[in-house]
Amino acid sequence: MAIGWYLAVSVLIFCIGAGGVLVRRNPLVILLCLELMLNAGNLALVAFARMHGGEAGQIFALIVMVVAACEVTVGLGLLVAISRRNLPIDVDELHELNG
Amino acid sequence: MSPTTWGWLVLLFPLLGTVIIGLGFRNYPRAAGVIGTAAIGLAFVCSVGALLSLLGRDPNNREVVSSLWNYDFSAGVDAKLQILIDPISIFMMLVVSGVSTLIHLYSTAYMRSDRGYARYFAYLNYFVLSMLILVMAGNFVILIVGWAGVGAASYLLISFWYRRTTATGAGIKAFVINVLGDVGLVLGTFFIFRHTHTMTFLGTFKAAPHVFSSDTPDLVAGCLLFLVGAFAKSAQVPLHTWLPDAMEGPTPVSSLIHAATMVTAGVYLIVRLHPLFQLAPTAEDTGVIIGCVTLLIAGSIALVVTDLKRVIAYSTMSQIGYMIMGASAGAYSAALYHLMTHAFFKALLFMAAGSIIGAMAGNQSLDRMHGFRKAMPFTFACFVIGGLALSGVPPFSGWLSKDDVIAYVNNRGGLFEVVGVLGYVGAGLTGLYTFRMIFRAFFGEPSPEAVELEHGHLAHADVPRNPMTGEEEDTETGFPGPEHAIAEREPAMKIAMTLLAILAVIGGVLQVPGIDHVLTNFLSTAFTNTPAASPADEPSTRAAWIGLVIGAVIGLGGITIAYGIYVRRPGTSSKLQAAFPWLHNFLVHKWYFDELFDVAIVRPTLAIGRFTQAVLERIVISGGVTGGISGIVRSGSAAVRRGQTGFLRFYAAAMILGLSIVVLYFLISST
Repeated sequence: MAIGWYLAVSVLIFCIGAGGVLVRRNPLVILLCLELMLNAGNLALVAFARMHGGEAGQIFALIVMVVAACEVTVGLGLLVAISRRNLPIDVDELHELNG
Repeated sequence: MSPTTWGWLVLLFPLLGTVIIGLGFRNYPRAAGVIGTAAIGLAFVCSVGALLSLLGRDPNNREVVSSLWNYDFSAGVDAKLQILIDPISIFMMLVVSGVSTLIHLYSTAYMRSDRGYARYFAYLNYFVLSMLILVMAGNFVILIVGWAGVGAASYLLISFWYRRTTATGAGIKAFVINVLGDVGLVLGTFFIFRHTHTMTFLGTFKAAPHVFSSDTPDLVAGCLLFLVGAFAKSAQVPLHTWLPDAMEGPTPVSSLIHAATMVTAGVYLIVRLHPLFQLAPTAEDTGVIIGCVTLLIAGSIALVVTDLKRVIAYSTMSQIGYMIMGASAGAYSAALYHLMTHAFFKALLFMAAGSIIGAMAGNQSLDRMHGFRKAMPFTFACFVIGGLALSGVPPFSGWLSKDDVIAYVNNRGGLFEVVGVLGYVGAGLTGLYTFRMIFRAFFGEPSPEAVELEHGHLAHADVPRNPMTGEEEDTETGFPGPEHAIAEREPAMKIAMTLLAILAVIGGVLQVPGIDHVLTNFLSTAFTNTPAASPADEPSTRAAWIGLVIGAVIGLGGITIAYGIYVRRPGTSSKLQAAFPWLHNFLVHKWYFDELFDVAIVRPTLAIGRFTQAVLERIVISGGVTGGISGIVRSGSAAVRRGQTGFLRFYAAAMILGLSIVVLYFLISST
């Protein structure tokens, strides 16, 4: 099977994720969309790894998963903290940190 | 041991004293006096050793040089840690260390109750060390080191009572004027070094006649700059104003500055560099004239000053004027001879003055001191001996030495005779102001303090006051101690003063015209071995004795006038004041030198400072340079700040957009 299809799916998922990050305002959904983008990247990495027959790309995909797990932990922690303080669950409302 | 080994030992002991006292003053504060005195005493013993060792050498080979190490040897600069032992430096070492030992001894009693006792002795040892470095230096570099060290030590000691604003002001004044002299000395060294290409004294003197012809501009400039250094250190007009203010220091310090260290440095410099000065007659003449002017100005001011210590300070200025005059006129051994006898009687006078000030509980005003003759017989005797020696009354030492200087100057003839006559006028003034001081302090109706002392009670000030401003002060560190010492009750002070009194009386036997010439014979090898022109011809024995008789008559005449004014007809002085108010005012204001400097130097400098502060600092620097840079940064950051909106999705969009642009760029560039 040609690598093109794998890459097409990967690009599609990445664009869906990026679109979600840009249009949605709920931080939980933004985190989910981020996850989609990361996994799109993973798919491309694994596909290239199969194509070249090396294992570096696969190992890299594993590391991306670890980073994703960490990122989700921090992101969800923030989310819990936000909801505990009864702050709005909306990234557009949370913009005090401006210049 | 060789003379130089003794010489290094002379330097070692004061250095050890300074370090031991300076580092250990908390652990053994009371031992400082003993350590300090012993260190300088040992330095004196080693100086005697060096003298004996040098006398054992061939008279034509008495210039010994020794160096420990090189500091630098490049581009023709040969800077070594080097000492030169020759008759001149031996003579100075003996005078400096000998008189300083006695002053240290005196201080152990005089400063006993002061809270800064150990600090005092550390400074004092450092002072003597610097002076010994100065007189033993074998090249210009070490000379400058000692020269600057003396200035620093004088600053430390003049402002020793550092919580008196008058004392710190006087210290700063002395330091600033001395730095002016340091600059003169350093620049003068460069002028000479440029032509002789060596820093050592002996090399310079050897090369000087070959590279300089008489009165070469560079040589004259160098010698005049040396004279600036000498005038600043030796308090000659117009750089003399620090000396009377230096009386803010403790009395033994005044004694040290005036007798052994500091002010004699200028005289020593001229004598040390005599081969250069002989080639520059213009500089010599300048020195003669300034010395003569100084001795007259100082003598006239001393007539009206009412502060006991300041009268003696002006008398020092005047006597140093004789020495500078003599040294510049070529009377080197006479100038050094007067330097030595002056050290004896001036140290003695200050010590006696310290004793009276002790009896007055710190008050120094002649207006309040009367009739101490019966209360303090020992101090009285010492003061009179010192006063007679200072006034040049036979057979005291000052008589022989001062008239020796004047006889030399007169012997050169021409314009020098005018200077010599003015020197005699100064001698008359000396007798007058010295005995004005003695008659006012020791004769007349006893003051309350004197009466108390006659009954065995030492006056004690209820509230210690600054003698200059009358401000109240306490007796903590940085102020004088609570107790006062008088020579009658302190064996240490008594011993020091007795020895100096003996020296002040018999010091003159070293040199009596036509009878003996111990000093001239000893020093002459240093002055005849130099390839430059020979020193001024010695006056004949007959001329010298005529000078001595004239000097004695004039000195006694001054004393008689003082007796007439202050004892026979008390009140004459106030009548004179009323008759010549402008003259009195002029002298009380010290010839307006301080005011002149204030108008000519201090105020313009302040005005320039204010102008630069208002214009350069405020407008150019703060407004233009720093203000401009901070303005650029501020507006730049304001522009960048606008990008930080705080909206998460804006950042995400910017990131994705940026990333897309980068990816597109690579895509386009790769195809």
